[in-house]
Amino acid sequence: MKNLKRVDIIFGAYTQEKYKVLGETLKKSSDQIISEVTDSGLKGRGGAGFPTGLKWKYTANEADPIKYVVCNADEGEPGTFKDREILTRVPRKVFSGMAICAKAIGAKKGYLYLRGEYVYMLPDLMAELELFHKCVKENNLDFEIKISMGSGAYICGEESALFESIEGKRGEPRNKPPYPTVSGLFGKPTVINNVETFVNTLMIMRLGADEFKTLGTSDSRGSKLFSVSGDTPVAGIFELELGMSLEDFVEDFGDGDTKAVQVGGASGFCVPRKKFKDTIIGFEGVPTGGSMMLFNSSRSMYNVLKNYVEFFEEESCGQCTPCRVGCQQLKLGIEAVKKGEKSATYLDTLQKLADTMKVSAKCGLGQSVANSFSSIVDNFKEEMIY
Amino acid sequence: MANTVNLNIDGIDVSVEAGKTVLDAAKELNIHIPTLCYHEDLCVAGNCRVCVVEQEGAKNLVASCAMPAQEGMVIHTNTHKVRNARKHIVELLLSEHNADCTKCYKNKSCELQDLASDMIISENMFLDLVPEKNYTIDNFSPSIIKDDSKCIRCQRCVRTCHDLQHVSALGVAYKGDKMKISTFFENSMFDVVCTNCGQCVIRCPTGALIEKNYIEQVWDAIHDPNVHVVVQTAPATRIALGEEFGMEAGNIVTGKLAASLRRLGFDSVLDTDFSADLTIMEEGTELLTRLKKALVDKDASVKLPMFTSCSPGWVKYIEHMYPDYLDNLSTCKSPQQMFGALVKTYYAEKKKLDPAKIVSVSIMPCTAKKFEAARPEMRGSGYQDVDLGITTRELAVMIKQAGIDFNSLPDEKFDSLMGQSTGAAVIFGATGGVMEAALRTAYELVTGREVPFENLNITAVRGMEGVREASVKIENVLPAWSFLEGVELKTAIAHGLKNAHQIMDAIKAGTANYHFVEVMGCPGGCIGGGGQPIPTTPEIRQKRADAIYREDEGMEIRKSHENPEITQIYKEFLGEPLGHKSHELLHTHYVKRKRV
Amino acid sequence: MPEIKELVKQLADKHGRNRESLLPILQGIITEEQSISDVAMSEVAEELNMSAALVYGTATFYSFLDTEPRGTYVIRICKTITCDMKGKKQMIQTIEDLLKIKVGETTKDNKFTLLETNCLGWCHKGPAMLINSTPYDSLDVNKITEIIMEYIRK
Repeated sequence: MKNLKRVDIIFGAYTQEKYKVLGETLKKSSDQIISEVTDSGLKGRGGAGFPTGLKWKYTANEADPIKYVVCNADEGEPGTFKDREILTRVPRKVFSGMAICAKAIGAKKGYLYLRGEYVYMLPDLMAELELFHKCVKENNLDFEIKISMGSGAYICGEESALFESIEGKRGEPRNKPPYPTVSGLFGKPTVINNVETFVNTLMIMRLGADEFKTLGTSDSRGSKLFSVSGDTPVAGIFELELGMSLEDFVEDFGDGDTKAVQVGGASGFCVPRKKFKDTIIGFEGVPTGGSMMLFNSSRSMYNVLKNYVEFFEEESCGQCTPCRVGCQQLKLGIEAVKKGEKSATYLDTLQKLADTMKVSAKCGLGQSVANSFSSIVDNFKEEMIY
Repeated sequence: MANTVNLNIDGIDVSVEAGKTVLDAAKELNIHIPTLCYHEDLCVAGNCRVCVVEQEGAKNLVASCAMPAQEGMVIHTNTHKVRNARKHIVELLLSEHNADCTKCYKNKSCELQDLASDMIISENMFLDLVPEKNYTIDNFSPSIIKDDSKCIRCQRCVRTCHDLQHVSALGVAYKGDKMKISTFFENSMFDVVCTNCGQCVIRCPTGALIEKNYIEQVWDAIHDPNVHVVVQTAPATRIALGEEFGMEAGNIVTGKLAASLRRLGFDSVLDTDFSADLTIMEEGTELLTRLKKALVDKDASVKLPMFTSCSPGWVKYIEHMYPDYLDNLSTCKSPQQMFGALVKTYYAEKKKLDPAKIVSVSIMPCTAKKFEAARPEMRGSGYQDVDLGITTRELAVMIKQAGIDFNSLPDEKFDSLMGQSTGAAVIFGATGGVMEAALRTAYELVTGREVPFENLNITAVRGMEGVREASVKIENVLPAWSFLEGVELKTAIAHGLKNAHQIMDAIKAGTANYHFVEVMGCPGGCIGGGGQPIPTTPEIRQKRADAIYREDEGMEIRKSHENPEITQIYKEFLGEPLGHKSHELLHTHYVKRKRV
Repeated sequence: MPEIKELVKQLADKHGRNRESLLPILQGIITEEQSISDVAMSEVAEELNMSAALVYGTATFYSFLDTEPRGTYVIRICKTITCDMKGKKQMIQTIEDLLKIKVGETTKDNKFTLLETNCLGWCHKGPAMLINSTPYDSLDVNKITEIIMEYIRK
């Protein structure tokens, strides 16, 4: 690594004794926990970046005696595999983060929604869960975690779709408002966070908000796991500080011939070489759930885009018009242009359609299709046509 | 006021009750926002996105049907961004839709077509997706045709079938581009739990769910010189048909209805109300007989409560969902089927006609009546009792096809012999009506006195509450009915199958004890039937119900047992209620069906 | 099919008979049978006292809850761009040659079904695949041939 400093907190062993940090944290009051998380400036690691402390506070303020903590382990974004790594190597940190949240908001039950592709992990997770349940009991916390399995549906990573799925239904996003903090799982106030976010809250409990804040930038506090794949000699998981420039990133991870980086997976943005320098990875620039796919000059960006729109066409829940039909039109549209059945100006029509999807789709999936579509078509128009 | 919120729409301030949506608030201001998946009877889906509006401060557009009105909101319903998005959305729907409008049954009564027309969509902005799809048409059901190529996936039908009817024959299947409205394993509507109620049909905005129409067959019969075509028309048709000709809901058009049928060329224009009165005679007697067997003979095989059996949607529902309770259903055929059985026997005899050369047509507010007419049990006359059942809507099409100016028709009367009826019969069309009619007759039969309610109006059983209970204390009975002295007759009424489900579960759990339960499959009863004019809303159903009760009040005779044609038919033909001939022609049995 | 009835009952006993139990039960059927037949599904509907159309609608929403008959071993090759770039097509070709089936098909002996799937979460070690629930990564022609041969011998 030439430019970027590696961090090792998420996977690092904090103490010899398992669940020590959790035990200490559970001695703190709900208010103390929430204010510490709020002070840290932590934003959700799933990609959307909602301030975690605020989410916990809203839910804690709800009067309903039944509340839930939900861990979103439906890691389906193409190019992301950090949650699998976390749950394989340090599942106790995830459970601990959930327990801290439960203490903070007053929840007695938690769910970890694990994507179907990761069902092979279940035996190990169950074994760890047993230890965890023993530990919370010893610390007098009335909290239990249940693992709920997905079955191959990307959209279930959308929080309200995930609730529907746990409830045994089709994973279709709900109308918002109401938001999960008011009406989430089973209609109860719910905190739902990404796997990594829960680990981060444990980090904050151990390091303190002040030390956590020394990492990253003012808009993007802390470190983040990056899932690096594509044309790179060093594919894998890397914990890096937020706020880096894409140029530095490419220098460290590229193969010397990087022409574009897809930041944030299929629902993220494609950044071409000429914009590497001005692109900051973080909430002030291009946010990401951690997916970084590198493409060198041998790759056809048409193929990349087609792969993404086919993915969305299939993984849209299908309930709302802009997303269900829009994705089909985008796919067939770029194919028609490529084959010469439609003129190049049809790409402009498709761009406008993508804009409509962005502002009118029911949930984040449909709204974010335009991200990759527009950024790829804008920056690689020739490749779309010829 | 703490419970109102103030917002501004298109520059105009408006206050609405907390909990109302932006769409509701816009309606208060008479600002029209187009909708497709929204329906007043259903829960909010927010999935078609046609109703999007711009909210100041929000990054994206919001669906006005799903967005709660909030204090201080500033909404714009007609900006460039909104217009663009809506037009795109309608274009997208059209690209998935088989837009061969001139060949569509719903041509000129399609909400998607209206929207496309409002937006002046002249050419396809996007690619036609229809050739990419493997759309199928299911026309195996005698009642309903499901054409997936017309479906816009608004899920009104799914919500109707689940939320209003607790049937869920239709659901949403698959996801993404393959998402579709489907029955269990995509079986035909004929082979699944569908009750044929047609509530989905009256809520489908396009031609994806329509009634199977028998218009051509009816014309063929009318124009066939070798057959005698008899038509009967149900109580609820006469207060709704006018809507098809631009009249307000709640207009009574009985006289014009009779006139139009005559002009269409039916050989005999008769009234299902006649057999509704007959139903009361049979069903009332059946109830009293059951009560006697249960209370005096202590016969454990007699099932109470007794359920009404006039509504074929309800009958099929109970056959699928509560087959253990089939013996509780009255064995009486519905008025349509009693009428049909008598047309090819009594009527044929009196008119000296060969029953084989009679075509019996019914005009019904109902799509399930088509299925009912086709049931193999319904051949008591030795022939299919009712040959063709058509809806109020199909009749309107025929009237238009024939070039008849409905609104200027004179009022005419039904033909005689099975054309006379009472106020008790007409109220069969509204929820609670069968109960009220039955009580008017049964009470008088037992006590020798009229029901103790002002002007015979038993208001306790009326209304739109989903489940209603009423009891009548029976006192000072005639000697023959002494076993009923002091008995409090407990009744319940439900309309819409979701409410029927509620009553059935209470009965099953033993928490409800009734003697007699009236169920009508459709919300509001037949006035809100699946064959009635579209649209339907709570307000429209209320207006139709009010009209039904006005029609009742205006009738000379208001108790079934006083209908002179009823007296005549028992004297000349049937003998007595529940007699041998009745049993043969007017009663039926039921079959257990699977719940898939 | 008494076995399927028994299986559904066992799964319902284990997971409960609420709506929340639906997915675990359907997943349990997949583990045993690789796909969910109409008979199985109507059994589930009956056990949970819910509409069969809703069970069908829920099952078909999830890619892994197959309603078409599948082989004993369901091979799912990741088709995400990163796996595609690392030789997904070649992997599919290799399996197609080995098993004499195309993507979407099942071998005559009902032992294997070959499918494509969306991101499996092994992008740094593509190409990757799942065989039933077991993931395999860093595939190449030799490795995938070896793995498939091993399953053939099972």
